[in-house]
Amino acid sequence: MAQSTARAVPVVPKRVTTTATAKRQEAIAGLTFIAPAFLVLFVFLIVPLFVALFFSLTNWNGRTPLTNANPYEFVGLRNYEQLLIDGRRVSDFYNALKNTVYYVIGVVPTQTAIALLLASIVNQRWLRFRSFFRTAYYFPSITSSIVVSMIFLFMFSNTGPINQIFNTNINWLSNNDGLIHNFLELFGVTKATVGEWAKAEIFRIELWDWISGPSVSMLTIMVLAIWTTIGTLMVIYLSALQNISGSVYEASQVDGATALQQFRFITLPLLRPTTFFVITLGLIGTFQVFDQIYVLRNDNTRETTMSVAYLVYDFAFGSQTDPRMDRATATAITLFILIFIATIIQRRVTGGDRAEA
Amino acid sequence: MAASAPPIERVGVSPSSDNLRRILSIIGVSLLVIVAFIEIMPFVLTLSNSFKCDPAVTDRPTAFIPAPPFGVQCETRDASGVVVSRLTAAEQTEGITFNPSFNGYSTLLNPTGQQNLPRWAFNTVIYSVAVTILRLLLDSLAGYALARLKFPGSRAMFFVILGTLMIPGVVLLIPRFLMLNQLDLLNTYHGYFLVLSADAFGILLMKQFFEGIPGEIEEAAQVDGASRFVTFFRIVLPMATPALTALTIFSFQGQWNNFMDALIIVGSDPTMFNLPLGLTQIVGAGQDIQYDLVLAGSVITTMPMAFIFFFFQRYFVEGVSYSGLKG
Repeated sequence: MAQSTARAVPVVPKRVTTTATAKRQEAIAGLTFIAPAFLVLFVFLIVPLFVALFFSLTNWNGRTPLTNANPYEFVGLRNYEQLLIDGRRVSDFYNALKNTVYYVIGVVPTQTAIALLLASIVNQRWLRFRSFFRTAYYFPSITSSIVVSMIFLFMFSNTGPINQIFNTNINWLSNNDGLIHNFLELFGVTKATVGEWAKAEIFRIELWDWISGPSVSMLTIMVLAIWTTIGTLMVIYLSALQNISGSVYEASQVDGATALQQFRFITLPLLRPTTFFVITLGLIGTFQVFDQIYVLRNDNTRETTMSVAYLVYDFAFGSQTDPRMDRATATAITLFILIFIATIIQRRVTGGDRAEA
Repeated sequence: MAASAPPIERVGVSPSSDNLRRILSIIGVSLLVIVAFIEIMPFVLTLSNSFKCDPAVTDRPTAFIPAPPFGVQCETRDASGVVVSRLTAAEQTEGITFNPSFNGYSTLLNPTGQQNLPRWAFNTVIYSVAVTILRLLLDSLAGYALARLKFPGSRAMFFVILGTLMIPGVVLLIPRFLMLNQLDLLNTYHGYFLVLSADAFGILLMKQFFEGIPGEIEEAAQVDGASRFVTFFRIVLPMATPALTALTIFSFQGQWNNFMDALIIVGSDPTMFNLPLGLTQIVGAGQDIQYDLVLAGSVITTMPMAFIFFFFQRYFVEGVSYSGLKG
């Protein structure tokens, strides 16, 4: 680029540019180009992370104006200790964590498996109306999470279409019974009959509650998440499937592989990077479940639909009289670390580290 | 699309596996149809019930086929405007058909108290359009710098930008609220624009695109003495239409449906709400949810995105595939 001056158009005053000044000009242009976006990201994404970390180490409630003389004191890791180890809030956090983990375990594998199954069928050459199916599955993904939650609020209300179509009378959205609890009850196994161990507490939550599973209300929210997401994931899988060369399948057919063998030994391994991506997306999304809970929770199901992300909001803004910004930011930072750990674990398990190389 | 699909040709397979294949394909198609039904039905019922009066929504939600007379009134009023009777569910529906009413929509379109749907719709358009335009500009500038220009700190900045993708939105919730509060930017349009005016995903998308196109044309422009800015706006950006289209769609869709950011930035002033926030306001905290209003509001919120989706469907799907492949 530096030798450019030699061929400068005559009309333009000839610029004598050395390699050094050209490099300097390029550097100035580069910095000018990137500066606005980088500043925005830095100020509103990086700085807040440290602001959150900062306040999680204080006892600031959020109500005392920061302009006061001493609005807060540093308390070290006390907020984390109270949240995670031994404090009044331990049961709040572990209850939310339990709900969130059930939610993640229920949603991520299910939506991944359904998306892969649908994509495999939609990818078949003989299939007609392919674009119809793709559109139908993808449509919920373009809809606002709030609208989707409203639709579920209506569909699963006491007198809603689900109860009327199936002629049931289930209180979907206000039901705290755990699924495993309900299932065991069918066989006469209840908290009262299994013995004293069920009443033992771990982090101030009874063992029986730990193993009761997600509540019926939480199940409804899980169904919502799966229903919304499979379309996006299916499209991702579909494009990955279409990138697999047909010759791989032809070769295996010559060797006498059956359709199932092809799927098991060719398709699945080749889809590994996609599966890794889809599961990562799923984990990050489900660990942060918030919007749906904001709409579908109610005072009855406060306990069993409380997610960690919602707990952050609840600590900060849930109470007008007693906001706890310190506790809320500590919860948020903990969630950040949890998501980080979860993605690292899943990277090991699904072999994403190898797949991406 | 069909060309790259795996072939299902039969090369010397036995009749029994032929039958198995047929059975499998029947099961497969049935599955697709069932799932499609499950995905679409809630939307159909939402649309139908948004045209019903409240009693019919609650008592006969499954009547979904509209039948004349259209535009029935939910309430009958006497000369002095007092409601004398309400349309019952039995009067409005018959089997699976119902007489549509526009009451839900007309109630929503006339602002009352804190409920101001036209204003929320206006806000949503402003937020989505402004943020999208800002992102197109800032993201493509930054993406171009990272892809093409050598400047000190570019690698570090790239990794910082990449790293921001890992920060969960929930973590940003409170600090952003506190910062905007300090800056006096809560419940303002410019506060909303500022916070969301650039995003890491868009920058990386543009960077990836610019890396994929040949640089000779820009070099030629440089040779002709054009400045970097002129080259960028006259030559580079026009070539980037596919990536800009994808970015436009992603950004517009994201902002149209954005709830969490709106909740934090403009959530304490009902006149600044966007549609998703407004919907949660319509539902309210009370026990008696007015489903006719909630559903009509949901339809109004969804319609513009649905139209954009049906017209630009290819770009949606391509965009998702693109992001999926690149990880």
